[in-house]
Amino acid sequence: MNRILRISLAALVALAVTPARAADPISDNVVKIGVLTDMTGFYSDLAGAGSVLAVKMAVDDFGGKVAGKPIEVISADHQNKADIASNTARKWFDENQVDVAVDMVNSGTAMAVMPVAAEKKRITLLSGPATTAITGEKCTPYNIHYTYNNWALANGTGREVVNAGGKTWFFVTADYVFGKSLEDDTAAVVKAAGGKVLGSVRHPQSSSDFSSYLLQAQASGAQVIGMANAGADTINTIKQAKEFGITPKQTLAGLLVFISDVHSLGLDIAKGMYLTTAFYWDLDDQTRAWAKRFQNHPDNKKKAMPTMVQAGLYSAVTHYLNAVKAVGTDAADPVIAKMKATPVNDFFARGGVIGPDGLHRHDMYLAQVKAPADSKYPWDYYKIVKKIPAAEAFPSVEAQKCPLAVKK
Amino acid sequence: MQALFGQLLVGLINGSFYALLSLGLAIIFGLLNVVNFAHGALYMTGAFVAWMGLQYLGIPYWAALLLSPLAVGLLGAVIERTMLRRLYALDHLYGLLLTFGLTLIIEGLFHHQFGNSGNGYPVPELLQGGSNLGFMFLPRYRAWVVVVSIAVCILSWFVIERTRLGAYLRAGTENPRLLQAFGVNVPMMLTLTYGFGVALAGFAGVMAAPIYQVSPAMGSNLIIVVFAVVVIGGMGSIFGSIVTGLGLGLVEGLTKYLYPPAASTVVFVIMALVLLVRPAGLFGRQR
Repeated sequence: MNRILRISLAALVALAVTPARAADPISDNVVKIGVLTDMTGFYSDLAGAGSVLAVKMAVDDFGGKVAGKPIEVISADHQNKADIASNTARKWFDENQVDVAVDMVNSGTAMAVMPVAAEKKRITLLSGPATTAITGEKCTPYNIHYTYNNWALANGTGREVVNAGGKTWFFVTADYVFGKSLEDDTAAVVKAAGGKVLGSVRHPQSSSDFSSYLLQAQASGAQVIGMANAGADTINTIKQAKEFGITPKQTLAGLLVFISDVHSLGLDIAKGMYLTTAFYWDLDDQTRAWAKRFQNHPDNKKKAMPTMVQAGLYSAVTHYLNAVKAVGTDAADPVIAKMKATPVNDFFARGGVIGPDGLHRHDMYLAQVKAPADSKYPWDYYKIVKKIPAAEAFPSVEAQKCPLAVKK
Repeated sequence: MQALFGQLLVGLINGSFYALLSLGLAIIFGLLNVVNFAHGALYMTGAFVAWMGLQYLGIPYWAALLLSPLAVGLLGAVIERTMLRRLYALDHLYGLLLTFGLTLIIEGLFHHQFGNSGNGYPVPELLQGGSNLGFMFLPRYRAWVVVVSIAVCILSWFVIERTRLGAYLRAGTENPRLLQAFGVNVPMMLTLTYGFGVALAGFAGVMAAPIYQVSPAMGSNLIIVVFAVVVIGGMGSIFGSIVTGLGLGLVEGLTKYLYPPAASTVVFVIMALVLLVRPAGLFGRQR
């Protein structure tokens, strides 16, 4: 009898001493960042291992500790599958004490993880997915869409190319949600700027041969061929457009092109193409300094320059850690409030503001790919044609129609 | 009408790739009874060998056209000698599993080394440019692909169906023991057959390098369609795979023009229909 009493007393004491999660300023005595990205698929060169490296650099630069507790980074391959992404995130939040999930290149995976994170009150920082609805009707309270979205890409390239004289357009579009939404967004911008859309053709994702579609684009006689696709599809489109003598008679407009794509194509094939980017390594001293550290990092085996996804991720994680430091806890509510209240000022964004809808509004850049003769040193690929100020580059909070932002 | 001609010609170009790849598969299946899932990976290897040769050793396209299939054929011979040989007595499924595993390993290695975006391979100088046919601009390189592929296909068909060596090969699959009794080195012949089949894949890889980005995924994008071609043509029918390859290229080209979203499925719809009506394929014999 006595023994049972003693044991139950001990159990009671233990229960009372074990603190509830919320009461601890830093949950589980560690701030854990989970990088959920595409390690082996279409997006692995523009995110993948480089994204993990960017996060590790951000943590190292922060000193490896925040509010006196260590910062840990783990990573996983979402394989571009929504179910794998959401299951991994659920496991991270439930069993692995992950406080913030980042990257999620590919909109499908991002939109699968966001509701899980919202339910578990953990933060998601997205760099890589593009769908505009992420901070529109699908917005969640603990999410930040950091680097770019379809609206910004469409708007930058669409409007500027029309203004530069490319009035008639034909779209070569990847036949899935991302491609269609990118085409729709761009077509609207082109029309609003006084241009005309002559037609479009939808191709299945990962087609290797684009000559049929390009012949249709050629037959349309449009001045500009807008490529509403990504990754290997864009690369093969550009390559074959040159082969069939379509460029330079007709101009290509890349709606989602990364520096890794241009590097892989070579300037001779990609030259003259317009694109919109959130980051270019050779913008100024600050970007150069950071990008060179990234390039020469021992973990960066291919010595590649960072893409906008990777640069944005570094900035996003640093902004998060600063917020944790400022509020002294890693609880989602105060941290996300602090992040939204603080403007972002670093090499990636100057005066970037995160809206109540979770969209990070910052300057974007319209760039044109240089001809080989104009490229003076390795990775000298872009001529920055124009800086697009944040207010023009991204949709307003009202236009996004995020239910969270409307209530306030 | 003009646009239609253009699409048909483009279809023919793609069809000649299908023919070249499915030919190798058909030879390997017809003579060795192995479903060679590694075909796509070896096609990719052929393209990469050409690219690496140019990049690191300065080997030009024309030499690569010979050296790269040789290298891939040699790799194939090693695979046959060390692994595939042990599976001949077992069910087809084991050969399929082995070659599928090899595909994952080969693609994984290239992915690890070269990343995912791939590398560009320049069109050889002699074949740059093109001519205007009135209804479309035909790049010279594409014309070259069609001519060479068809020539290689016909040559392979001739060797297997009309020469003494081909007769030995066919006899070796029907009754290897009897043939061996006549003093023919059957195991060696099987090694050479597999080597030749995959060398064709390597050859197609070099042909493809200047058109598509040389990337680790280039084989897996194509291989499923090529398998459908072999099934439609009749597993193991060499003539069937050549004709079907070209024909399906044309059908696909037509679909891309009439209803693009169906372009990736039309081949499989045809496959389902053919299997319903003729389970052995268009040119296949019931075994």
